[in-house]
Amino acid sequence: MERLHFEYAASQPIKQRAHVGVVGSGDLEVLLEPSPDQKTRVTVTTSVDGFGKTWKLVMDRFFSRYQYAASIEIHDFGATPGAVALRLEQAVERSRS
Amino acid sequence: MSQPTLLGPQQFLVRKSFVELNARERAQALLDEGSYRELLGPFERLESPWLLLQGVVPQADDGLIVARGQIGGTDSVILAIEGQFQGGGIGEVSGAKIAAALDLALEDAKKGHPVQVVLLLETGGVRLQEANLGLEAIAEINSSLIALRQHVPVVGVIAGMIGCFGGMSISASLCSYLIMTREARLGLNGPEVIEEQSGIEEFDSKDRQLIWSVSGGEQRHVTGFADYLAEDDVGAIKNCIIEAFARGIPATHRSEQVDDYLKRLAAIDASHQLESSEVRKLWSKEKQL
Repeated sequence: MERLHFEYAASQPIKQRAHVGVVGSGDLEVLLEPSPDQKTRVTVTTSVDGFGKTWKLVMDRFFSRYQYAASIEIHDFGATPGAVALRLEQAVERSRS
Repeated sequence: MSQPTLLGPQQFLVRKSFVELNARERAQALLDEGSYRELLGPFERLESPWLLLQGVVPQADDGLIVARGQIGGTDSVILAIEGQFQGGGIGEVSGAKIAAALDLALEDAKKGHPVQVVLLLETGGVRLQEANLGLEAIAEINSSLIALRQHVPVVGVIAGMIGCFGGMSISASLCSYLIMTREARLGLNGPEVIEEQSGIEEFDSKDRQLIWSVSGGEQRHVTGFADYLAEDDVGAIKNCIIEAFARGIPATHRSEQVDDYLKRLAAIDASHQLESSEVRKLWSKEKQL
């Protein structure tokens, strides 16, 4: 198990919190909440060790597209980078509705 | 009583699978539209304090969804175990959530505001990382369940694919009514455990036909351990739940029929291994005393 932290500058506020996913095989859980400041902070707890670089690439790409100021907690159980991106997208979408 | 026939291709396509839904989606699907309200949801972060210490990723709701709302217009609470998280294993927190919800339902019932309680069981039993605390939690669940079922019926649903095993199979058997699908299984010991303990000659845990012929929903229904055999469809399962609650509290719960079950056990010829067809003959509903 490994814990990773990421931080990005952000400008757009999040409307409401959102929760998606399950900590099940090949999946992950995303808890997305409004950030108290102009920053996005991501904490990842993952069951798979040694993929910090891949996580950073996925996060960098996602937050180059979205400027949302959010606190994000991820509980990962071996999701692929594609699944991670889709779950993040889904959480953002749900926070808008 | 529901004894569904196999679905035709058209019905198969229009049905909404219940088995494929995760625990939260199951609770949402069963509660009347717009009535869903979650208690102690993921943002309360009431997660297991023991898993991280053992290098296991926790889930923010500890894999147990407590949902209030209405079923068929009547106040209800659904306790849904997430089978995808740690095989639905019961830990200190998830177990306490179930027991506390049952106790609150008991208080409500005593105050004259009965709430329908539905357990969505998808679990291998105690979560091994929290062994003793999980065992204690299940003991609490069972004693709360026995106290509650004297006031309101408690309906259990085992949909699959995990099934319901270990200590939680006792909870399932304590329910006033039990609904299963063909995909579901119910047993005290799971197939792998039996094989490991007694050898592959006793039970081959790879033999799916054998497993389902012993612990599958159809067999459990025919032999009287489950009250309803439902199709894997949200509407069908919800109808069974509504029908079960309409029957009220059973005159005697299955777990109270001790003498009947002892008589039946005594009549079994234990000199050879029983085939599931023999069990069906011996324990069929018609034979029930």
